[in-house]
Amino acid sequence: MQAEAESELAHHPSPREYVKVAIILAVATGAEVGLFYMNLPHALFVLLLLFFAAIKFSLVVLWFMHLRFDSQIFRRLFLLGLSLATAVYLIVLSIFGIFRG
Amino acid sequence: MSVAQAHAAPAHDTSTGLSHAKVAVWTFLASECLLFGALISTFLLYRSRSLSGPTPSRHTYDIVYTSVSSFILLMSSLTMVLALAAIQRGDHQKLRVWLMATALLGMCFISGQVYEFTRFVQDGLTIKTNVFGSSFFLLTGFHGLHVTVGILMLLSLYLMSLDGRLPSNRAETVELVGLYWHFVDIVWIVIFTVVYLIPAGK
Repeated sequence: MQAEAESELAHHPSPREYVKVAIILAVATGAEVGLFYMNLPHALFVLLLLFFAAIKFSLVVLWFMHLRFDSQIFRRLFLLGLSLATAVYLIVLSIFGIFRG
Repeated sequence: MSVAQAHAAPAHDTSTGLSHAKVAVWTFLASECLLFGALISTFLLYRSRSLSGPTPSRHTYDIVYTSVSSFILLMSSLTMVLALAAIQRGDHQKLRVWLMATALLGMCFISGQVYEFTRFVQDGLTIKTNVFGSSFFLLTGFHGLHVTVGILMLLSLYLMSLDGRLPSNRAETVELVGLYWHFVDIVWIVIFTVVYLIPAGK
Protein backbone atom coordinates (compact mmCIF):
# COMPACT_ATOMS: atom_id res chain seq x y z
CA MET A 1 0.00 0.00 0.00
CA GLN A 2 2.97 2.25 0.74
CA ALA A 3 4.19 1.72 -2.82
CA GLU A 4 0.73 2.59 -4.11
CA ALA A 5 0.78 5.80 -2.10
CA GLU A 6 4.17 6.74 -3.50
CA SER A 7 3.12 6.05 -7.08
CA GLU A 8 -0.03 8.10 -6.45
CA LEU A 9 2.20 11.11 -5.93
CA ALA A 10 4.54 10.25 -8.74
CA HIS A 11 2.37 11.65 -11.51
CA HIS A 12 0.07 14.63 -11.58
CA PRO A 13 -0.65 16.29 -14.94
CA SER A 14 1.36 19.30 -16.09
CA PRO A 15 -0.26 22.77 -16.45
CA ARG A 16 -0.29 22.23 -20.24
CA GLU A 17 -2.39 19.06 -19.78
CA TYR A 18 -4.76 20.97 -17.48
CA VAL A 19 -5.26 23.64 -20.15
CA LYS A 20 -5.99 20.95 -22.78
CA VAL A 21 -8.63 19.42 -20.50
CA ALA A 22 -10.15 22.87 -19.92
CA ILE A 23 -10.38 23.43 -23.69
CA ILE A 24 -12.24 20.12 -24.11
CA LEU A 25 -14.58 21.15 -21.26
CA ALA A 26 -15.27 24.49 -22.94
CA VAL A 27 -15.94 22.82 -26.30
CA ALA A 28 -18.29 20.29 -24.67
CA THR A 29 -20.21 23.13 -22.96
CA GLY A 30 -20.47 24.94 -26.30
CA ALA A 31 -21.75 21.73 -27.91
CA GLU A 32 -24.42 21.37 -25.20
CA VAL A 33 -25.66 24.90 -25.82
CA GLY A 34 -25.53 24.28 -29.59
CA LEU A 35 -27.71 21.18 -29.16
CA PHE A 36 -30.25 23.29 -27.30
CA TYR A 37 -30.83 25.42 -30.40
CA MET A 38 -31.05 22.47 -32.80
CA ASN A 39 -34.47 20.97 -33.35
CA LEU A 40 -33.55 17.42 -32.36
CA PRO A 41 -36.07 14.79 -31.22
CA HIS A 42 -36.35 15.11 -27.42
CA ALA A 43 -35.02 11.60 -26.69
CA LEU A 44 -31.92 12.18 -28.82
CA PHE A 45 -31.47 15.65 -27.31
CA VAL A 46 -31.54 14.21 -23.77
CA LEU A 47 -29.21 11.36 -24.72
CA LEU A 48 -26.63 13.69 -26.26
CA LEU A 49 -26.81 16.11 -23.32
CA LEU A 50 -26.25 13.28 -20.85
CA PHE A 51 -23.35 12.07 -22.98
CA PHE A 52 -21.65 15.49 -22.92
CA ALA A 53 -22.36 15.92 -19.20
CA ALA A 54 -20.78 12.50 -18.52
CA ILE A 55 -17.66 13.49 -20.51
CA LYS A 56 -17.32 16.77 -18.61
CA PHE A 57 -17.94 15.08 -15.25
CA SER A 58 -15.34 12.38 -15.98
CA LEU A 59 -12.71 14.84 -17.20
CA VAL A 60 -12.98 16.98 -14.06
CA VAL A 61 -12.96 13.98 -11.73
CA LEU A 62 -10.17 12.09 -13.49
CA TRP A 63 -7.82 14.96 -14.35
CA PHE A 64 -8.59 17.97 -12.15
CA MET A 65 -9.38 15.86 -9.07
CA HIS A 66 -6.53 13.47 -9.98
CA LEU A 67 -8.56 10.28 -9.55
CA ARG A 68 -6.86 8.91 -12.67
CA PHE A 69 -3.48 9.26 -11.00
CA ASP A 70 -4.21 8.96 -7.26
CA SER A 71 -4.60 5.91 -5.07
CA GLN A 72 -7.32 3.38 -5.90
CA ILE A 73 -8.72 3.92 -2.39
CA PHE A 74 -9.85 7.46 -3.22
CA ARG A 75 -11.42 6.23 -6.46
CA ARG A 76 -13.30 3.48 -4.63
CA LEU A 77 -14.47 5.85 -1.90
CA PHE A 78 -15.87 8.34 -4.38
CA LEU A 79 -17.39 5.70 -6.65
CA LEU A 80 -19.06 4.14 -3.63
CA GLY A 81 -20.83 7.40 -2.78
CA LEU A 82 -21.62 8.20 -6.40
CA SER A 83 -22.98 4.76 -7.28
CA LEU A 84 -24.94 4.54 -4.03
CA ALA A 85 -26.53 7.94 -4.70
CA THR A 86 -27.27 7.03 -8.34
CA ALA A 87 -28.83 3.69 -7.44
CA VAL A 88 -30.91 4.97 -4.50
CA TYR A 89 -32.32 7.96 -6.37
CA LEU A 90 -32.95 6.08 -9.62
CA ILE A 91 -35.02 3.62 -7.59
CA VAL A 92 -36.87 6.47 -5.84
CA LEU A 93 -37.56 8.25 -9.14
CA SER A 94 -38.75 4.98 -10.73
CA ILE A 95 -41.11 4.33 -7.82
CA PHE A 96 -42.67 7.76 -8.36
CA GLY A 97 -43.00 7.08 -12.08
CA ILE A 98 -40.74 9.88 -13.23
CA PHE A 99 -39.55 7.90 -16.26
CA ARG A 100 -43.08 7.14 -17.50
CA GLY A 101 -43.94 9.36 -20.47
CA MET B 1 8.67 14.64 -16.47
CA SER B 2 6.03 17.19 -15.47
CA VAL B 3 6.74 20.04 -13.07
CA ALA B 4 4.43 18.48 -10.52
CA GLN B 5 6.28 15.17 -10.83
CA ALA B 6 9.56 16.85 -10.05
CA HIS B 7 8.16 18.17 -6.78
CA ALA B 8 6.16 15.12 -5.73
CA ALA B 9 5.82 15.02 -1.96
CA PRO B 10 6.89 11.93 -0.03
CA ALA B 11 4.30 9.31 0.94
CA HIS B 12 2.49 9.94 4.23
CA ASP B 13 3.58 8.38 7.49
CA THR B 14 0.28 6.62 8.14
CA SER B 15 -0.79 2.97 8.29
CA THR B 16 -2.10 3.18 4.73
CA GLY B 17 0.63 5.44 3.37
CA LEU B 18 -2.14 7.82 2.38
CA SER B 19 -3.00 11.21 3.79
CA HIS B 20 -5.79 10.83 6.34
CA ALA B 21 -6.98 14.35 5.55
CA LYS B 22 -7.37 13.39 1.89
CA VAL B 23 -9.23 10.20 2.80
CA ALA B 24 -11.54 12.32 4.97
CA VAL B 25 -12.19 14.81 2.16
CA TRP B 26 -12.97 12.04 -0.35
CA THR B 27 -15.33 10.42 2.19
CA PHE B 28 -17.02 13.79 2.71
CA LEU B 29 -17.38 14.26 -1.06
CA ALA B 30 -18.86 10.77 -1.38
CA SER B 31 -21.47 11.74 1.23
CA GLU B 32 -22.13 14.98 -0.64
CA CYS B 33 -23.11 12.88 -3.67
CA LEU B 34 -26.02 11.60 -1.59
CA LEU B 35 -26.99 15.11 -0.46
CA PHE B 36 -27.05 16.56 -3.98
CA GLY B 37 -28.61 13.36 -5.32
CA ALA B 38 -31.52 13.94 -2.93
CA LEU B 39 -31.89 17.58 -3.97
CA ILE B 40 -31.72 16.82 -7.71
CA SER B 41 -34.21 13.95 -7.33
CA THR B 42 -36.57 16.23 -5.40
CA PHE B 43 -36.38 18.75 -8.24
CA LEU B 44 -37.05 16.05 -10.86
CA LEU B 45 -40.02 14.77 -8.87
CA TYR B 46 -41.64 18.15 -8.34
CA ARG B 47 -40.64 20.28 -11.34
CA SER B 48 -43.80 19.51 -13.33
CA ARG B 49 -46.26 18.92 -10.49
CA SER B 50 -47.08 22.54 -9.79
CA LEU B 51 -50.77 23.45 -9.79
CA SER B 52 -50.12 27.13 -10.45
CA GLY B 53 -47.36 29.59 -11.29
CA PRO B 54 -44.38 29.20 -13.64
CA THR B 55 -42.96 25.79 -14.57
CA PRO B 56 -39.59 25.01 -16.23
CA SER B 57 -39.67 25.83 -19.93
CA ARG B 58 -37.72 27.56 -22.68
CA HIS B 59 -39.22 30.86 -21.46
CA THR B 60 -38.42 30.37 -17.78
CA TYR B 61 -34.65 30.06 -18.11
CA ASP B 62 -32.14 32.28 -19.86
CA ILE B 63 -29.98 29.48 -21.28
CA VAL B 64 -27.32 31.74 -22.83
CA TYR B 65 -26.86 33.53 -19.51
CA THR B 66 -26.65 30.26 -17.54
CA SER B 67 -24.22 28.82 -20.12
CA VAL B 68 -21.86 31.74 -19.52
CA SER B 69 -22.13 31.14 -15.75
CA SER B 70 -21.37 27.45 -16.29
CA PHE B 71 -18.37 28.32 -18.43
CA ILE B 72 -17.07 30.66 -15.71
CA LEU B 73 -17.35 27.93 -13.06
CA LEU B 74 -15.65 25.38 -15.34
CA MET B 75 -12.76 27.76 -15.96
CA SER B 76 -12.43 28.33 -12.21
CA SER B 77 -11.57 24.63 -11.97
CA LEU B 78 -8.70 25.26 -14.38
CA THR B 79 -7.36 28.17 -12.32
CA MET B 80 -7.68 26.01 -9.19
CA VAL B 81 -5.46 23.23 -10.60
CA LEU B 82 -3.01 25.85 -11.86
CA ALA B 83 -2.82 27.17 -8.26
CA LEU B 84 -2.03 23.64 -7.08
CA ALA B 85 0.64 23.18 -9.77
CA ALA B 86 2.14 26.55 -8.73
CA ILE B 87 2.52 25.64 -5.05
CA GLN B 88 3.88 22.19 -5.98
CA ARG B 89 6.72 23.85 -7.89
CA GLY B 90 7.21 26.45 -5.13
CA ASP B 91 5.95 29.44 -7.12
CA HIS B 92 4.04 31.32 -4.42
CA GLN B 93 3.37 34.43 -6.47
CA LYS B 94 1.59 32.40 -9.17
CA LEU B 95 -0.20 30.48 -6.41
CA ARG B 96 -1.73 33.71 -5.13
CA VAL B 97 -2.62 34.88 -8.65
CA TRP B 98 -4.46 31.64 -9.44
CA LEU B 99 -6.12 31.44 -6.01
CA MET B 100 -7.45 34.98 -6.42
CA ALA B 101 -8.53 34.25 -10.01
CA THR B 102 -10.46 31.19 -8.80
CA ALA B 103 -12.13 33.17 -6.01
CA LEU B 104 -13.06 35.98 -8.44
CA LEU B 105 -14.52 33.53 -10.95
CA GLY B 106 -16.50 31.96 -8.11
CA MET B 107 -17.77 35.42 -7.13
CA CYS B 108 -18.81 36.07 -10.76
CA PHE B 109 -20.77 32.82 -10.69
CA ILE B 110 -22.48 33.74 -7.42
CA SER B 111 -23.28 37.25 -8.70
CA GLY B 112 -24.87 35.63 -11.76
CA GLN B 113 -26.94 33.39 -9.53
CA VAL B 114 -28.10 36.34 -7.42
CA TYR B 115 -29.10 38.16 -10.62
CA GLU B 116 -30.96 35.08 -11.89
CA PHE B 117 -32.81 34.65 -8.58
CA THR B 118 -33.76 38.34 -8.58
CA ARG B 119 -35.14 38.05 -12.11
CA PHE B 120 -37.17 34.96 -11.17
CA VAL B 121 -38.63 36.75 -8.15
CA GLN B 122 -39.55 39.74 -10.34
CA ASP B 123 -41.25 37.30 -12.74
CA GLY B 124 -43.30 35.90 -9.87
CA LEU B 125 -41.34 32.74 -9.09
CA THR B 126 -40.25 32.55 -5.44
CA ILE B 127 -39.46 29.66 -3.12
CA LYS B 128 -43.11 29.79 -1.97
CA THR B 129 -44.82 30.12 -5.37
CA ASN B 130 -45.11 26.41 -6.17
CA VAL B 131 -43.25 23.10 -5.79
CA PHE B 132 -41.12 23.86 -8.85
CA GLY B 133 -39.98 27.13 -7.24
CA SER B 134 -39.33 25.42 -3.88
CA SER B 135 -37.27 22.58 -5.34
CA PHE B 136 -35.42 24.86 -7.79
CA PHE B 137 -34.39 27.45 -5.21
CA LEU B 138 -33.50 24.74 -2.67
CA LEU B 139 -31.21 22.92 -5.12
CA THR B 140 -29.51 25.89 -6.76
CA GLY B 141 -29.41 27.80 -3.45
CA PHE B 142 -27.66 24.89 -1.72
CA HIS B 143 -25.17 24.73 -4.59
CA GLY B 144 -24.61 28.48 -4.33
CA LEU B 145 -24.00 28.08 -0.60
CA HIS B 146 -21.33 25.47 -1.36
CA VAL B 147 -19.68 27.81 -3.88
CA THR B 148 -19.71 30.60 -1.27
CA VAL B 149 -18.02 28.34 1.31
CA GLY B 150 -15.45 27.46 -1.37
CA ILE B 151 -14.76 31.15 -2.04
CA LEU B 152 -14.21 31.74 1.69
CA MET B 153 -11.73 28.83 1.80
CA LEU B 154 -9.90 30.19 -1.27
CA LEU B 155 -9.64 33.65 0.26
CA SER B 156 -8.35 32.09 3.50
CA LEU B 157 -5.66 30.25 1.51
CA TYR B 158 -4.76 33.52 -0.22
CA LEU B 159 -4.38 35.32 3.11
CA MET B 160 -2.38 32.41 4.58
CA SER B 161 -0.06 32.54 1.59
CA LEU B 162 0.38 36.32 1.93
CA ASP B 163 1.20 35.77 5.60
CA GLY B 164 3.80 33.10 4.75
CA ARG B 165 1.76 30.36 6.43
CA LEU B 166 1.36 28.28 3.25
CA PRO B 167 4.82 26.89 2.46
CA SER B 168 5.36 24.41 -0.40
CA ASN B 169 5.27 21.45 2.00
CA ARG B 170 1.63 22.33 2.71
CA ALA B 171 0.59 21.93 -0.93
CA GLU B 172 -1.86 19.28 0.20
CA THR B 173 -3.98 21.97 1.90
CA VAL B 174 -4.44 23.62 -1.51
CA GLU B 175 -5.18 20.21 -3.05
CA LEU B 176 -7.91 19.49 -0.47
CA VAL B 177 -9.62 22.84 -1.03
CA GLY B 178 -9.26 22.13 -4.75
CA LEU B 179 -11.03 18.79 -4.40
CA TYR B 180 -13.97 20.53 -2.75
CA TRP B 181 -13.98 23.24 -5.45
CA HIS B 182 -13.93 20.71 -8.31
CA PHE B 183 -16.73 18.77 -6.63
CA VAL B 184 -18.87 21.91 -6.59
CA ASP B 185 -18.05 22.22 -10.30
CA ILE B 186 -19.12 18.65 -11.17
CA VAL B 187 -22.37 19.13 -9.26
CA TRP B 188 -23.04 22.18 -11.44
CA ILE B 189 -22.29 20.13 -14.58
CA VAL B 190 -25.17 17.84 -13.56
CA ILE B 191 -27.47 20.71 -12.51
CA PHE B 192 -26.85 22.61 -15.76
CA THR B 193 -27.88 19.58 -17.81
CA VAL B 194 -30.69 18.12 -15.70
CA VAL B 195 -32.23 21.30 -14.28
CA TYR B 196 -31.68 23.83 -17.08
CA LEU B 197 -31.07 22.29 -20.49
CA ILE B 198 -33.29 19.19 -20.48
CA PRO B 199 -36.50 20.81 -19.09
CA ALA B 200 -36.02 23.96 -21.18
CA GLY B 201 -35.50 21.94 -24.34
CA LYS B 202 -38.99 20.41 -24.22
